[in-house]
Amino acid sequence: MSKFRKKVTEQPEVSTASLPDIVFMLLFFFMTVTVMKDTALKVENELPNASEVKKLEKKDRIITIYVGGPNQQYRELLGETARIQLEDKFADVSEVGPYVLGRLAEMPEALRPFVTISLKVDKRANMGLVIDIKEVLRDVGVFKINYTTYEGDAFMNVP
Amino acid sequence: MADIAFLLLIFFLVTTTIETDAGLDRMLPRKTNEPITIDYQRKNILQLVLDKEGGLMVNEELIDLKDLREKVSQFVDNGGALRQDENYCAYCKGNADPTSSDNPKKAVVGINTHRETSYGTYIIIQNELVAAYNQLRNREAERLYETTYTDMEETYQKPGTSAAQKKELKNKIKHLQLLYPLNILEPQQI
Repeated sequence: MSKFRKKVTEQPEVSTASLPDIVFMLLFFFMTVTVMKDTALKVENELPNASEVKKLEKKDRIITIYVGGPNQQYRELLGETARIQLEDKFADVSEVGPYVLGRLAEMPEALRPFVTISLKVDKRANMGLVIDIKEVLRDVGVFKINYTTYEGDAFMNVP
Repeated sequence: MADIAFLLLIFFLVTTTIETDAGLDRMLPRKTNEPITIDYQRKNILQLVLDKEGGLMVNEELIDLKDLREKVSQFVDNGGALRQDENYCAYCKGNADPTSSDNPKKAVVGINTHRETSYGTYIIIQNELVAAYNQLRNREAERLYETTYTDMEETYQKPGTSAAQKKELKNKIKHLQLLYPLNILEPQQI
């Protein structure tokens, strides 16, 4: 009886020797995948959904314009009306043109014809501002735009 | 060792934002000095009016947003021109209603938006328009090339596609876009 019991009690432990390897692998994965956010958003930016989307590739030829109501911390100062954010500050419609031209000038000449404006507009924002921005972009001569959205059912956009 | 790695891992886990950059591509019209007057017949224009509450009117008739896709594809694919007419559309499968568009190449969708319309509603409209056109292009792609338009575009975008393949795909895509060109007009508010 006692002999039999001895055999059962000892169980080998799971080896953790490979744990650091696994952790390192994950670490390297996340290190390579990580994109550091270059702009702090000052506007609410809940993008609308759309199902027929196309991917925006090649980051070097994209200029982003954010539109949305000011964040919680700016709301007291600025109210709730939607605003434009360029880089990391609030801007007026009249500043969009010079900004886009400035960004274009920084780009290598070969890329300039392929520049796309990514409009990241909060779904609660009004069309008025978007219409104005589009008008400015036409004035400046940049015609390729992209209404940046999440992938999903478009009908979820309306409350 | 593992502790430090863990710490770093957690840091990167927290800071990672997988970017969501996808959306609807659109070309803005070129700017001209004098207003463009178009000599389009009334029947070739599908007039969408979006009011500030998010209601949609198509050709002066109030419709639900969900019915827009069907309405647009019916209008574009109508092919109302007669066989002997130069605008006759051989590949259209629509109702051939003489009071609707002659040919997909002639068909124009006009969008009028109120300044207070929410952007979300506007995107629904844009999305449904693209969906309607994609549906028609897919149908033609299956007839001509036995694949779908959306698949072709996806393959074109993939990094692994070779240059020769890309060229071939580009021609096919161009051809389909010519069969059903996306003509959107956004008249300016006065």
